[in-house]
This record gives sequence, structure tokens and C-alpha cells, in this order.
Amino acid sequence: MAILLDHSAEAVVEPSALRLTINGEHHSLDVLPWVTLLDLLRDRLDLIGTKKGCDHGQCGACTILVNGRRINSCLRLAVMHDGDEIVTIEGLAAGDELHPLQQAFIDHDAFQCGYCTPGQICSAQGLLNEGQAATRDDIRELMSGNLCRCGAYTNIADAIEQVLGERA
Amino acid sequence: MNPFTFARPATVEAAVELGALDGARYIAGGTNLVDLMKEHVERPTRIIDLGRLPLNRIEDAEGGLRLGALCPNADTAYDERVASRYPLLASAILAGASPQLRNAATNGGNLNQRTRCYYFYDTATACNKRVPGSGCDAIGGVNRIHAILGASDRCIATHPSDMCVALAALKAQVEVVGTQGVRTIEFADYHRLPGDDPSRDNTLAPGELVTAIILPDEDFSQHYTYLKLRDRLSYAFALVSVAAALRFDGDRIADARIALGGVAHKPWRVPEAEQLLIGRAADADAFASAADVLLAGASGQGSNDFKIPLVRRAIIRALSQAAAGTPQSQTDKRVA
Repeated sequence: MAILLDHSAEAVVEPSALRLTINGEHHSLDVLPWVTLLDLLRDRLDLIGTKKGCDHGQCGACTILVNGRRINSCLRLAVMHDGDEIVTIEGLAAGDELHPLQQAFIDHDAFQCGYCTPGQICSAQGLLNEGQAATRDDIRELMSGNLCRCGAYTNIADAIEQVLGERA
Repeated sequence: MNPFTFARPATVEAAVELGALDGARYIAGGTNLVDLMKEHVERPTRIIDLGRLPLNRIEDAEGGLRLGALCPNADTAYDERVASRYPLLASAILAGASPQLRNAATNGGNLNQRTRCYYFYDTATACNKRVPGSGCDAIGGVNRIHAILGASDRCIATHPSDMCVALAALKAQVEVVGTQGVRTIEFADYHRLPGDDPSRDNTLAPGELVTAIILPDEDFSQHYTYLKLRDRLSYAFALVSVAAALRFDGDRIADARIALGGVAHKPWRVPEAEQLLIGRAADADAFASAADVLLAGASGQGSNDFKIPLVRRAIIRALSQAAAGTPQSQTDKRVA
């Protein structure tokens, strides 16, 4: 299997065998240890919905769900995830039917440029899974790991509040 | 990132053996180390992934709690036993980072995270912590976030953790294992001041691995607060923070704990400041005298001079919140 993303070709490091379930699909891959989970998704698997914003865990654009928990995929080495189940923005909708968070983001116009949106929605799904948010203040605090440089925050909070309410 | 080999040992013994090799670094959550590797601040040649080790549980231990080193920060903060018996710790954890980071970052990793000093991160500048002997560009540079206590002429960096400030106040212990066996370190002795060797953040021997944090059987669940002051209300490092905990006998203070964050190379705790509160009523005069003892010898670097009066007021405010039983909410940011 071709070794991608290797900018240190002189290194004598063998790629590791990695098994991942991504959006319900099984993958067996050979990956060099310094490839981040984010780069694996985007550059190797063409799952470019997950965005590379800051690449330092400060903006949240790369947020995905690993075993149901939201994390910053830019700060994880892919090889640390052997056997894990990953869901990205591409895996949330049920066929043509939008995920309730996707629909709520549209309903509330919860984006402008849209670059942070996949991370916002995956993060919001993580927030719902965690079950720690009951109020709008909770939502705002527990979404603080996702920056929106367009400043659509109030509408993002509205969208999440709607889905949280539907679930209550 | 520089090239490195990768291992995922299944036992602590195997991990410690690998961790003793030259150029080895342990990785748990990776939230700090991967970032530092991208910046070439950390250049390990071997990465030992701890993800398979059975160190992620929270267990009752001699009346206290034993927090597994690999338990994520979020799971620790939301654990029912932690939240009810050690709410100061839960509150401090939830004051730090973001939910995504808290989901990945582990308890052991939180202890071992590196400073966020700009110069430590910037490989074009001098930093004695990153390159011993190279100098310190923070001294005389942009040092708004830097230390006001315990700094040296080699390093003025601060320890960035919130969790550790609470652990210092709670007098936790750190259990570590190395090729020489297991030992327990008092929290006050775990992190160190920079002195003439800022490259060492803590007193771990090379290759030693944190396995657990032990919380003692003490009740500070009624009168506590974690007050964190920062440039924005969420997801920012502390400019200053205060972990305060009190216990009362009638209207007199029976026991007191105070630890400060954002002010030194380690969580700042001065037992004499706590001692002088014992037997006194919980009033502003008593709290001010404790603040004076905590801040004895404080000195600014120019841009961070404001921290001295700020943390003094924060100490008094935090002790007042603790006494009143109105801990700072980490969601509703109005100061209680």
C-alpha cells in the first residue's frame, strides 16, 4: 500500500497496520506514526468535510466523534486509534435525510462562511451525547471549543437549543 | 513532526521499559505533546502510546479516591464521587480547556503538560526550558502571562493547569512507577520551581510514568471555590486563578487551603497562609492577611505587574465565596 503524507522519507519507520470503522465502513490501512487522524481523514480517505483550521486544537474545526466522544482530530496520531469507531460530518445524515442538527443549523441560519460548521455540528452531537447541558448557558460554555470567526454564535446556540429541546 | 517509532504496550511494565530508552516520550491524550511536536519544540524519537494500559479507572481508596492516570479529565470531572466529594477538583477541571480537549486529555497528562510561554513555543527565540543555556527572551520581552512568584533569572514561565491548582489545595499525592519501582510523591513536591534548571518541570526521574493521583480522605465539599480570571470567559488559560477551600467549627475556620494558578512555575501554595486563618472568623481582614503571606516576595516583569493586585483581590474574593458556600459557577460566569 502506498505511503502517503510522509514528508520524512529518509526515516526508517515502518507504517503501522490500522483498523478503523469510519461512518460505519471498515477500513484497513497502513499508516506512518506521525500522521494525524485529521490528515488521514482528509488526505488519505478524502473525507474533507472535517476541516483543518488552526491545526493546534484551538479552533475546533477538526472536531469528530471517536467512539461517540468529540475530540480534536488534529491533536491525535491516527495510529493511536486502532479499533476505534469514528463518525465525521459525512456520517451524520441518514441517506438523504438530514441529521436533526444539520436541519436545525439550516433552520436557524447558524453559519455564514460555513468553514467551522462541520466541527460545530460534530461538537454539538458530542455535547448531546455527554448529557451535561440543560440550559442555554450550558450550551454556550460547552460549545466554547468551537470558534466561529463569522460570529454566528447566537444562531448556533439557537440551533443546538432546538435539538436539545426536541430530545428532552 | 520529526520521524519517530511508535509502540503501544499492553502492560505498565512493558511501557516503563520502553519509556527508559533514549528519546522516548509517553503519549496519552496527546493534546499537548502532538502540538509541541508539530512546532518542533518536542522531538521524541520513540513514542510510547499508553492507550492500552489499564489505568483509566476511578476507585475508592482508604476513604479517598484514586484517579487513574489515563482517565480523561472530562470523565474525572463528571464522575459522581469526584463531583460530590471533591467538587473543587471538578470545578477546576471544567474551568480548563474545551470539552473536546477534556475528553482526550488525561489526568496524568494534565500534570505533565508544558508551559504555554510564547517563547517556549517559538523555536526562533531563546528559552532555557526548551534549550538549556540559551537564555530567556521572556525576561524583558512580552510577559503579560508570566510568573510573579518563584521565578528565577533563567525562567519566568508559569504552569498552565487548572486541575493541578485544585490538586495542590487538596494535598493530593502522585503515584509513579519507573524501572526502579513504585513511589508516591506529595503534590507540593511534584512540580518544581525553575531555579537554574528550567528544563525540568517536575521531579519525575527519566522514564518514570504517572499511574494515579490519590485524593485524601478530607471533606472540603461544602466551602470551596475555583475562581479563574482570564481574557475571555471560556477556553482560555488563567491569568490568575485561586483554589480555595475552608472547613468550619461553628463560625471559626477549622481548616483552610489556598492554591494559586497562573502565577508561578507550579501551583503556588504557602501553608503558613492557611495556618494563620485557623481559629479566625471568615472576614475580609483575615483573608487579606492570608493573601499578604501568599504574595510575599511577589514581583512583576513589567507587562504582568497587574497580576499582583489582581490575584490579591482574587484570593480575598475566592475565600469569601468559599466561606459563603457560593462556589464560582463554571457555566454562569457572573462572579458569585
